[in-house]
Amino acid sequence: MATISPDIKANEWALPPQSRTPAWLRALLKNPASITGVVLIVAFALVAIFAQQIVNIVEPAIAQQEAEQNVGNPYMIPRDGFSSEPQPPSARHVFGTTEGQFDLFYGVVWGTRTAFEVGIIITGLTLIIGMIVGLVSAYYGGIIDETLQRVVEIFLAFPFLLAAITAASVFGPVVHSGILTGIIALTLFGWPGYARIIRGDVLAIKERDFVLAARAIGVRDFRMVMRHILPNSVYSLLVVASLDIGTYVLSFAALSFLGVGTEVGYADWGQLLSFARNWIPSLATYWYIIVYPGIALLLYVLAWNLVGDAFRDALDPKLRGLRP
Amino acid sequence: MSESLLDVQELETIFKTPEGVVHAVNGVSFDLKEGETLGMVGESGCGKSATMLSILRLIPVPPGKIAAGKVLFFGQDLLQMSNEEIRHVRGAQISMVFQDPMTSLNPVLTIGRQVEEPLMLHVGMSRSQARARAAELLSMVGIPQAQDRLNDFPHQFSGGMRQRVMIAMALACSPQILIADEPTTALDVTIQAQITDLVKRLRDELGMAIIWITHDLGIVAGLAQRVLVMYGGFIIEESPVSELYANPRHPYTIGLLGSLPRVDEKERKRLFSIEGQPPVLYERPASCPFAPRCKWVVERCWQENPMLEPVAPEHRVACWVNTQTGRSRS
Repeated sequence: MATISPDIKANEWALPPQSRTPAWLRALLKNPASITGVVLIVAFALVAIFAQQIVNIVEPAIAQQEAEQNVGNPYMIPRDGFSSEPQPPSARHVFGTTEGQFDLFYGVVWGTRTAFEVGIIITGLTLIIGMIVGLVSAYYGGIIDETLQRVVEIFLAFPFLLAAITAASVFGPVVHSGILTGIIALTLFGWPGYARIIRGDVLAIKERDFVLAARAIGVRDFRMVMRHILPNSVYSLLVVASLDIGTYVLSFAALSFLGVGTEVGYADWGQLLSFARNWIPSLATYWYIIVYPGIALLLYVLAWNLVGDAFRDALDPKLRGLRP
Repeated sequence: MSESLLDVQELETIFKTPEGVVHAVNGVSFDLKEGETLGMVGESGCGKSATMLSILRLIPVPPGKIAAGKVLFFGQDLLQMSNEEIRHVRGAQISMVFQDPMTSLNPVLTIGRQVEEPLMLHVGMSRSQARARAAELLSMVGIPQAQDRLNDFPHQFSGGMRQRVMIAMALACSPQILIADEPTTALDVTIQAQITDLVKRLRDELGMAIIWITHDLGIVAGLAQRVLVMYGGFIIEESPVSELYANPRHPYTIGLLGSLPRVDEKERKRLFSIEGQPPVLYERPASCPFAPRCKWVVERCWQENPMLEPVAPEHRVACWVNTQTGRSRS
């Protein structure tokens, strides 16, 4: 047995010190596209967090009105009368008002909060459901796998947006509360894709030697899945999910646009866009009703896609370092 | 002779494949005494690993199935235990070390977390106790600066070091039996020697019984007291190690030993090789599985499969031919 003579200092043998910043984070901060994405998301996050304060400063009159009307729910956009014709931007309404005199600035600012809630909650729920179904399916195999995969296939057989619209119009009258309808509808048809992805990875990982080795030291099923299988198979799922956050926000906006998402007057970008539907022939005059919420939605989805792309490149060692 | 620690009786394991049912283990019986080192040799696919995996019920079911037999450990049949009971045997009383150390460690967990795992599972240690013990175990298997290396990940270890980690994990709960499934096959020769020396040292210190699976007869000679030779899912020869090397009886064993280069050879000659391929058994053979490759083959070999018969004290062979005289045994 080799022994180390005591006069050799320990650190001469040690590996060179490694940076504490994980490789994926360093890669994320090197790429200009992903930096743009991160900056945009941080900006949106600040708007979402300080929505109340921003409205207070920029549109004190509207904030005052909101407090007086006290709808009891700050997500409901205060309205300035009931005339259907949109009003152009003014000192009182910085972005103008849309159909029904809903204040656009208030809607865009509070809509940021809605966008974060929607993106994070839907992605989180679909991830959790998909992960559980996929893990159970692949780990136990046999008849359990067969059954669950047929269920997954049934859900996948429906076109995503069409199925979500149908579900939203079915659940809408029952749930009737804010963003919940859209969340339920999109989650219901969003998880099966994730279940498939994780199933494939788990099928590969569970045949690896270290899983057999872990079983040979007496690890039980739950611990096996949580400690040995999941951490080794979750990466591709996380990448897909990060790319999907933007997509879910977009789909949610589509539901609202079609009138099956949030109720009328809720601060949600899709909702604001739907107010513009009747004014499409005269958008040259009323450009502000579509430009402001449209830009917000565009930048928000773009930001998540940039970050998701960079995340994928960073986690895929084959792509790492290929891009400047 | 002390009493049997492990008594395997008529073990049979099959695998259902699309091509048919493969009979991997066909009525294997052997026993293991306390503190004994048993070598198990045979070429790839002869059922060595399948036998060992069956003992701990680690055969993937399906497609595998343990069709018959008993595995008595302290008089209790491992094959009849509940899943929870067998889980407490695995890693605690019988542990296994696998062939390829490069893939047998979880790449996303630190070495420390993995060595702690059996301790927390079976001994009921807390995290901090297990951590201290893990460091002791790592230095026991000869890893320098064990304390610091607990936080390293498997990719920061070399193959030999990883195999030491695997051995440390296997020995963490002081098992009675260590099953080593070709633990040195994936390592280069100098590291092989280090690992066998390490296991020898630990065996003498801890006194566990070892089943050492290998196709390297040289390692068996230096390590085991008794050797089982397997072919086509059968044990075809069982003998004390010195007897086997001096007087191999089964044609297959003779062929195996003949294919080894020897340092004491006077003249230079070509190494012997056994013609043909080992069989894949889609049905339980009625004839001797080695008959197609055997140069001693007689009529009877094609009609009946020989059973293990004693030919010398503690030396049993399954062959119809007495290879020393060349005549059929009655």
